Amino acid sequence: MWKTILRRVLIMIPEIVILSVLIFVLAKLMPGDPFSGMITPQTSPSQIHALKVEAGLYDSWYVQYWHWIVRLFHGDFGMSYQFHSPVVNLIASRAVNTLWLSLLTVILSYALAIPLGLIAGRYEDSKRDKAIQIYNYVSYAIPAFVVYLLGLWFFGYILGWFPTSGSVSLGASGFFGVALSRLYHMILPAVLMALISTTGVVQYLRSEIIDAKRQDYVKTARAKGVPESKVFSRHIFRNSLLPIAAFAGYSITGLLAGSIFVETVFAYPGMGLLFVNSIINRDYSVITVLVLLFGILNLVGTLLSDIILSIVDPRIRIE
Amino acid sequence: MSLLKMKSRKEKKFENVEATSSWKVMAREFAQDKVALGSLILLLILFLVIFVGSLFLNTSKVMTVSIMDQYNAPGTNGFILGADQGGRDVLKELILGARNSLIIGASVTVLMEVIGIIFGLVAGYYGGLVDNLMMRFLDFMLTLPTLMIIIVIVTIVPKYNMWIFILVMAAFYWVGTARLIRSKALSEAKKDYISASKTSGSSDLWIMFRELLPNLSSIIIVDSILSLAGNIGIEVGLTFLGFGLPDDVPSLGTLIGYATDPDTLTGRPWVWVPASLLILVICVGISYVGNVLRRSADARQRLG
Repeated sequence: MWKTILRRVLIMIPEIVILSVLIFVLAKLMPGDPFSGMITPQTSPSQIHALKVEAGLYDSWYVQYWHWIVRLFHGDFGMSYQFHSPVVNLIASRAVNTLWLSLLTVILSYALAIPLGLIAGRYEDSKRDKAIQIYNYVSYAIPAFVVYLLGLWFFGYILGWFPTSGSVSLGASGFFGVALSRLYHMILPAVLMALISTTGVVQYLRSEIIDAKRQDYVKTARAKGVPESKVFSRHIFRNSLLPIAAFAGYSITGLLAGSIFVETVFAYPGMGLLFVNSIINRDYSVITVLVLLFGILNLVGTLLSDIILSIVDPRIRIE
Repeated sequence: MSLLKMKSRKEKKFENVEATSSWKVMAREFAQDKVALGSLILLLILFLVIFVGSLFLNTSKVMTVSIMDQYNAPGTNGFILGADQGGRDVLKELILGARNSLIIGASVTVLMEVIGIIFGLVAGYYGGLVDNLMMRFLDFMLTLPTLMIIIVIVTIVPKYNMWIFILVMAAFYWVGTARLIRSKALSEAKKDYISASKTSGSSDLWIMFRELLPNLSSIIIVDSILSLAGNIGIEVGLTFLGFGLPDDVPSLGTLIGYATDPDTLTGRPWVWVPASLLILVICVGISYVGNVLRRSADARQRLG
């Protein structure tokens, strides 16, 4: 067990190094330098030159890379050009919003996907199963941002049920007031995002259950005279549901990529919207850190899934 | 599936044993699934209208701004679907945009299939250490924040145009195809006909591309069609955000992108709703047809 986890963590280290090199190269290709956020009209060109020499911008690339990494480990991520504040503080304040939205989306999406998958698997080939399958095809093929736009237009503007932008309304006060307002702002984006992100779990659960139905232990249970509903709830569902836990880590990748669209459409101030705004304003220090952060979060998500999977399914462990 | 049903299916299959050509299987599958047949016909009509219609349209003429016609409502001044913020005809922009989105989606799909097939075949055919190393690389590619990296590259490339966009997209989206081809090639490479060919002295390249590849053709066709739907969606999405096609090339995403202005979103739905519905129909239709083809490629899943 521990060997598997250790091996998996060791594999991750070179991946992070390659990722950081890749992002360093991208960052070097971007115009601008770490001082873009500090330069004012009063700064003279010779001062800028001196700053650049001091920062080692004329060193060879591997020296620069090394300095960059060391700075990152010291928590120095540079200054934001558009907000004139340290990148760390900026991202930290936005990350909270993305985190809450993602969490609500994951909960809703599992709450929807698990029953659908169970029904589709249990009543295979029935009308219900076919309806679920069609829902699956459609929700998988639909471009997400179109759903968000149509949803925002219909529920936000025409019906006026939900707020159309932001994360907390200005009038909200007190702990519960703010929390409720936050939840209210998140419901529409989270529901829409959850609706179209169920495909993986539903399909996986459905095929797991269909496979399990033909297993010997299920036949034994039936032969013993266990009632049909108990066969499903006690024998089949338990075995089929466990691997679903591993999907949680993989879904981080999808949620982060999805946050770019959902936050843009709903003007929800999370990391996705910050990324889009930084690109538009050419705020390269923020962009670099965001790409690095998303990359590392993706790696951690996959790591998490692999570990959960190895706990749940002993067959894939390495001894 | 109940036992009784399985029996009746088997009987059905034995009724016309001689009908085994893949075209007939496909036709039978479409005849069984009326929704798929409907979406196939709808798609064909749409493609015909889009491609024939765009022959009569001149991109630079359509994209010329005429501020007098700004936000003309549908049906006025000869604008069937109204006009956008630059006074451009939404219907004409829709046809040109759909054509561009389809062409870009198709080009990306062809490119990524070629890369994915070569990568997957080499990994699957050689197996062992080669496969191990190549799979490590794939795993790494899979964890990259692809969308963000594409957006970053799009913004820092100096001479940006449609072809660079296609190359950048293909450079990141071939990974799924490579994994699929690799897993199929891995099991196919263990079969007797490959060993026989090796023994008789065929070169590795010959075996990979003339003997292994034809046996994967049905999988490749299905994967291409399903990826096509995905790629069109991604292109339109990126253009919607403003990081896709250059401004002078209309795409469905350009039209939908106007909806980021709340006034357009609520007050002028004719600008963005037709494009949104069109992209929905195209993506869902293509992927539905692709799923029917997948069923007909896999004997266990067929309906008829």
